[in-house]
Amino acid sequence: MTVHLPPLAEAGVTLTELPPAARFSLRLRPANRKAAAKGLGVALPERVGGIAEGKGRRALCLGPDEWQIDAAPGDTPDLPADLPHALVEITDREITFRIEGPRAMELLSIGIARDLRRLVPGTGCRTAFDGISAVLVREGEVAFTLAVWRSFAPHVRGVLEVGLRELASGL
Amino acid sequence: MLLIHCPYCDETLPEAEFAYAGEAHIARPADPMALSDEEWRDFLFIRSNPRGTHYERWRHVHGCGRFFNAVRDTVSDRFVTTYRAGEPRPDLSASTGAAR
Repeated sequence: MTVHLPPLAEAGVTLTELPPAARFSLRLRPANRKAAAKGLGVALPERVGGIAEGKGRRALCLGPDEWQIDAAPGDTPDLPADLPHALVEITDREITFRIEGPRAMELLSIGIARDLRRLVPGTGCRTAFDGISAVLVREGEVAFTLAVWRSFAPHVRGVLEVGLRELASGL
Repeated sequence: MLLIHCPYCDETLPEAEFAYAGEAHIARPADPMALSDEEWRDFLFIRSNPRGTHYERWRHVHGCGRFFNAVRDTVSDRFVTTYRAGEPRPDLSASTGAAR
């Protein structure tokens, strides 16, 4: 018996793994936010989910005292030692998937319980994908990036590929 | 699925992002050595377990990571309100009882 599977291109959404870029986790007291932003060359958004860009770096606010800094490969931001903070490189910790296409939201909804329509383009959040902590950024109207810890990536890719297959089959 | 309002993110989000963390407003005694065994036992293990309004801690673990407090009705599972950790118990007479 031959099983005819429709090509994945018919799913209306593409799944790609992004090449690694430098990523840092920054923790500091909200009172030191402005001083740290000056040192980094990128503003640190105050509101959870906010994104700011500058000097080739991007800051995503994940919590009241936590930011994720994305930078070009090899870029190593540093802050003055007299400013109390914790800046940790997490480049190797995560695998980032890009999910793009008119049905991207539909594909992500198989693992994310949050109402994705309320995530404004240009903002992000940490959320749970199939029970796994994941950082989701809505890059555009129909484009998302989903970053999960490296060891979870094969599982997440598997779940998303099953979803792609289902969308392509019209299920 | 329950929808819970995180006072730090200021958004109402699905329960799957949160973790329950026990009863709220239980302060650790400042001087444990001064307590009798019974008082220490009560601090560690004895909880109110009410039928109805319950003050409890939650953590937005798949989100901002913050602990906060919530008031939940243990019969209907309805969340009356949520508020930041460290704030006093809210005045519930002010809440109208309307479902979120």
